[in-house]
Amino acid sequence: MFDPGFILAGVLNGLLAGGIYVLVAVGLTLIYGVLHIINFAHGSLLMLAMYAVFFLWKLAGLDPYMSLPIVIVGAFVVGFLLYRGLIGRFSHGRDENILLITLGVSIVADNGALLFFGGNTETVDVPYAGQIIELGVAFLPLAKVISFVASLVICLALGLFMAKTDTGKAIRAVAKERQGARLVGIDVEKIFAISYGIGIACLGAAACLLMPTFYVTPQSGYAFVLVAFTTVVLGGMGSFVGAAVGGFLIGVTESLGGLFLGEQLGQIGISLIFILILLFRPTGLFGAKA
Amino acid sequence: MAPPRCCVLEITGLRAGYGAIEILRGVDLAVGAGEIVALLGSNGAGKSTLNNNVCGLFKPFGGTVRFDGKDIAGAASTRIVEEGLIQVPEGRRVFPNLSVRDNLELGSYRRGRKDRARNLDRVVDIFPRLKERWAQSAGTLSGGEQQMLAIGRGLMGEPRLLILDEPSLGLSPLLVEEMFALIGRLNTDGLALLLVEQNVVQSLAIAHRAYVLENGRIALSGKASELAENPELRKSYLGH
Repeated sequence: MFDPGFILAGVLNGLLAGGIYVLVAVGLTLIYGVLHIINFAHGSLLMLAMYAVFFLWKLAGLDPYMSLPIVIVGAFVVGFLLYRGLIGRFSHGRDENILLITLGVSIVADNGALLFFGGNTETVDVPYAGQIIELGVAFLPLAKVISFVASLVICLALGLFMAKTDTGKAIRAVAKERQGARLVGIDVEKIFAISYGIGIACLGAAACLLMPTFYVTPQSGYAFVLVAFTTVVLGGMGSFVGAAVGGFLIGVTESLGGLFLGEQLGQIGISLIFILILLFRPTGLFGAKA
Repeated sequence: MAPPRCCVLEITGLRAGYGAIEILRGVDLAVGAGEIVALLGSNGAGKSTLNNNVCGLFKPFGGTVRFDGKDIAGAASTRIVEEGLIQVPEGRRVFPNLSVRDNLELGSYRRGRKDRARNLDRVVDIFPRLKERWAQSAGTLSGGEQQMLAIGRGLMGEPRLLILDEPSLGLSPLLVEEMFALIGRLNTDGLALLLVEQNVVQSLAIAHRAYVLENGRIALSGKASELAENPELRKSYLGH
C-alpha cells in the first residue's frame, strides 16, 4: 500500500482533480477580491451550468468539450446580468445585502432545479469516458487529463487578461482602491458586474470539464463549493496564485486521503487543512497580511 | 475681483453634504481658463465635500456646476472624467497592487487613451523618478513618489482642469517646495488648476485667485496677492 508508485499515481490523480477545483476557486476568489463578499450562489450556479452542459448534450447532441465556448459565454452573460439586474440593484452598496441576495439566488436555483429537472442523477455519455492514458506508473483517465490541461489554459488566459488588458487592470484597481478607480473614470459598478460575470464564466468552464466524468443533481454544486471555499482560504482570500496552488494541494490531499483512508474518508484531509490554516495561518498561503 | 468671463469651471449656489447633514451651504466658485485658483480652508470647512461633489462621487443637494458651459451637477464620475475634469485626490488613492506603469496607463482609461504612449513619455519627463520605479507596485512607493504618481495619473487623462486636493499633505518641506514649483510649471503650459490646500502661504504665492471656505460658505475671495495681505486671513491662518 505504501509503494512509491502507488503514491505517485495518487498524487497525479489528485493534480488532475485539482484542475477543476482551481477553476471553481478562481471564480470564487475573483468575486471575493473585487466585491469583498463570498458568493453564496457559487455552488448553485455551478450546478445550473452543469445542467446546461447536460441539456446541450441531450437535446442538441453537443459534446461537453464542444459546448465550452457556448457555456463560458452564456455563464458570463448570466453572471453579468445577475449582478446588474439583481445583486447590484438591490444591495444598495451594502456588502451584507450582497451576501443575502446571493444566498437567495442559490435557494431559488436549487429548488428551481429540483422542480424543473427533478432529483435524478443525470450523466452525459461520451465515447471517451472509459479511455485511459498509461503514464509509466499511473493510469490516467483521458477525460481528467483533458480537463486538467484545459483548466490550466483557461487560468493562464485569465491571468493574462488580468495583467495585460485595461479591463483586467481596472478589475484589479477596483479590488483595492474603488475611489481612485472612480476618479480615473472607471465605471465601478460595471466592473463589479464584469467581475461577477467572469467568476461565473469560470464555473461554466468547470461544468463543461466536469460532465464527462461526473454527474449532476440539484445538489451537485455543494461538494465543489465546499472544496473551493477551503481552497480560497488555503491560498489566501482574493489571491489568484493562491487559488491555483490551493486547488492542486487540495486535489492531492483528497486523492492521498482517499488512498490511505478509503474513498469515503478522503475529504477528511480537506477539513483538516481548513482547520489548520485557520489556526496557524488565517491569511492563507498567499494572502495579504491585513 | 470678479471671476474671468470665460470660465472652465463655474459653481453657483452649491449645496451638498452627507445624509441629512448639509456641509456646503451655497458655494459660488469659478476657475477661468489657464488660471490657478486656490481653495483654502481649515479641516472640516468642506473642501473635500466640494471636490467630491464636483467630481461626481456624490450628488449635490442643489446648485449648479458648469464645466466648459455644460451642466455636470450630479453627473456620473465617468462622464465628468470624460469631459476632462480630473481630480488628484487627497491621500493619493493610487492603486497599491498595480505597477507604476499600470497606474499611469489606467489614468487614460476613460480619456486620452489614443495618445497614451505620448502622454506616458510626457509624465516620465515631468517625473523621472517614476521611470526608476516603473515595474514596482505603487504600494511600495514613498509618500512623495505616490503623490507624483497620483499627479502623473491625473495628467494621463489629458485634463482641461486638474483639481489637486492637498498635494502637499504629508510631504517633507523640501518636497513641498518641489510640489508647488511643479504646479506652477503645469500652469505655464496652460493647464487650469484648482488647488485645494491648507498650506496658505505657498498656495497664495502661486495662485492667481483664491477662495477661503469657512463652515460651508465662501468667507473671502479675491486676487491671491491681495488675500495674502488680508489682515483677517493672516490672523486666522497665519497667527499674526
